[in-house]
Amino acid sequence: MYVLFEQGNMEKIPIRIACVLLVLITGIAACDKLMPGVPADDSILDGPVEGLSPEQSAQFIRGDFAFNDEIFTPETGLGPLFVATSCGTCHAGDGKGHPFTTLTRFGQKDSTGNQFLGHGGPQLQQRAIINYQPESLPEGATFSRFTPPANTGLGFLNAVSDADLLALADPDDADGDGISGRPNWIHVPAYIQPKPGSITRANKYIGRFGKKAAAHDLLHQTVLAYNQDIGICSSYEPYDTYHHQEIDPEISNQTVLDVVAYLAMLKAPIQRDPQHPEVQAGKKIFIDLGCGKCHTPELKTGTSPIAALSQKTFAPYSDLLMHDMGPDLDDGYTEGSAATAEWRTPPLWGLGLSKKAQGGQYFLLHDGRAQSIETAITAHGGEAAASRSAFIALDATSKARLLKFLESL
Amino acid sequence: MKNFLIATTIFLITSKAKAQIDPELLRNPQTKTDSVRMNMDAVYSRPFMQLGKLPVALGGYIEANYQYLNENGVSEGHQFQMRRLTFFVSSTISKRIKFLTEIEFEDGTKEINIEFASVDLEIVPLLNLRGGVVMNPIGAFNQNHDGPKWEFVDRPIAATQMLPATWSNVGFGIYGKKYNKNWVYGYELYLTNGFDDKIISNSENRTFLPATKMNRDRFEESFNGIPLFTGKVAIKNRKIGELGISYMGGVYNKFRDEGITLDKKRKLNVFAVDFNSTLPRLNTVITGEWAWVNVDMPDNYTEQFGRKQQGGFVDFVQPVVKRPMFGFEQAVLNAALRVEYVDWNKGTFKSTGGNIADDLFSLVPAISWRPTPQTVFRINYRYNWQHDLLGNPPSHLAAFQVGFSTYF
Repeated sequence: MYVLFEQGNMEKIPIRIACVLLVLITGIAACDKLMPGVPADDSILDGPVEGLSPEQSAQFIRGDFAFNDEIFTPETGLGPLFVATSCGTCHAGDGKGHPFTTLTRFGQKDSTGNQFLGHGGPQLQQRAIINYQPESLPEGATFSRFTPPANTGLGFLNAVSDADLLALADPDDADGDGISGRPNWIHVPAYIQPKPGSITRANKYIGRFGKKAAAHDLLHQTVLAYNQDIGICSSYEPYDTYHHQEIDPEISNQTVLDVVAYLAMLKAPIQRDPQHPEVQAGKKIFIDLGCGKCHTPELKTGTSPIAALSQKTFAPYSDLLMHDMGPDLDDGYTEGSAATAEWRTPPLWGLGLSKKAQGGQYFLLHDGRAQSIETAITAHGGEAAASRSAFIALDATSKARLLKFLESL
Repeated sequence: MKNFLIATTIFLITSKAKAQIDPELLRNPQTKTDSVRMNMDAVYSRPFMQLGKLPVALGGYIEANYQYLNENGVSEGHQFQMRRLTFFVSSTISKRIKFLTEIEFEDGTKEINIEFASVDLEIVPLLNLRGGVVMNPIGAFNQNHDGPKWEFVDRPIAATQMLPATWSNVGFGIYGKKYNKNWVYGYELYLTNGFDDKIISNSENRTFLPATKMNRDRFEESFNGIPLFTGKVAIKNRKIGELGISYMGGVYNKFRDEGITLDKKRKLNVFAVDFNSTLPRLNTVITGEWAWVNVDMPDNYTEQFGRKQQGGFVDFVQPVVKRPMFGFEQAVLNAALRVEYVDWNKGTFKSTGGNIADDLFSLVPAISWRPTPQTVFRINYRYNWQHDLLGNPPSHLAAFQVGFSTYF
């Protein structure tokens, strides 16, 4: 046998070997370089907001598990019709989704409501468990595809007061700048307890989550997602999407609330290189082009039961209001009181990290049709038409700076 | 005082018991020395102790380890694990009828499994009958999985997380070997109970053949009434090594229930190639296995669950020192490396045409010390790169493991 050491006059070899092994073990155990490092905070989207109490941290961990690790099966309530088998399937790393998990919503053309609720509306469940047939789009139904959004910073968005949002609205374009944001006024289900200071109009509340801002708060959004996306009924939403019958809850209220708390306590994305001259120059161009009129650079939270979210100034680059984006982005489908061409301004924070959640490439705009930031900008119309034209007219250097700024978010 | 009396009593009893040990009572049963062992012989290629002249032999192995894992910079700290305690009982019922069973306790008593319990009847060397709980001969690791045989703390990922090692079922079959100078040819053919639809509907969120092992009823009844076929042919040259080709296939879904047709029959196919060889002069032992899985799914079923999978591993084990150490005459110190890869979802997204990832690549350098051939102490360092379904930047996992495994 070929060996590196043969028996001979090396009587002390066993001791030496033992010493070498001991040093090796100690060395390996002590060597941090052999272990993966913690990713920089600004390079990932997940992680809790700073300043949580121990109880809040514990709830965050429970919610994190339920959101990212709890995979539903038919035994645990999946379906029978569904889009995804877990929350984390659509929001990898808490980032934006991929066309694989794009939702299809259908059946509503105007504020009179959805005309296809009896035909599987408002959401298409294009997947089904074994021995069930998934849904297909009913004939004549207009529809829109929604790419899942990033989850980060939702607690901040949730904590902005209604009054602050209304202050940003200009539904009749009174200032004549061509921008006329307005809230989507929606009916809320009975299980929603509007927070203090909520403003109503004709018994409707402001929606702020979802592509059409059709969800009032994170509980509303979470309950709908469990029900419509995974086919999980809860005591909040007990109607099964297949049989349309009330069934026993398939998830506990506590788990739903843990997930809501998790979403609320996710940190806001952290901008990379904000002081870089090119990034600074790009931000100035962004403002000069008027992009910031909808993609509002800064908002402030009101009072939140989570102290770490109270009275904080943050940078979502959104006003959470509905804006007419023109015919190219008008799919003929809407929710709440919004028009079909209106979309809620998506927050731009975390934009530069989207590729890390979308399989290495961008899938931007509401349906993921834009595979670059530039394509997404040039698809803007309606209220954003002037900004789009100004962007197209930029020289190459200015465009590069603007894109560098956007990718830093 | 009470404790002192108990301790004294125990001491006296054990001292007495020790004095009564008959050195001839427990002995290694003679094994055939003229035959060439192949992977298919693994269940009987184990050390047994025979009790006097009784036709029953006992054996087993134990595996325990320490590990420190770190995934993306986050660790759960130091862990001590009792991975397996396995008992073998074999019995020579007559000259050509024998019985062997393997009962395994995993992770303490978290899992208790009968991994093998079969009666073998030799008609001629080329034709043996086997029935009971058999280990389906897909690849080599499934039948040759004893901890003390390997230089690595973890079992190969492709063998346990894509293929379902250890994969045992109730069934019957035949096997045999033919010798021709330096060559040996072997075959195995079995019909057993098979898989169920958990393989495409489980909490792993991927096509996962091991999910079927959760179905305890499979030792009592077939999920769909269609036998699973497993067959393997292997060839071995005493000087070159062994090559095996195996296939396992059957229907995994419940296509009919109470006489009512629910779906068409959906097939699962697994192909595997395994090999092992020892390089001349260097004495480097190379062991490897690669498998391909193909699952027939409903067209509109979620792409989360892969229609095709592939994966395998290659182990390189290089003896570095072979000489008496610490009084062990046959001690060997080895350097080893395992390279492994699994793609749980081989295909492209319908929506984008892009690659579906859900894969893992792993390197495991290792040092092992064998004071005797039946006992191994091992130090492993593992580094995994794992992509999610979408192919996002990989998750990094590193592990430092120290453990032992020994037959007893």
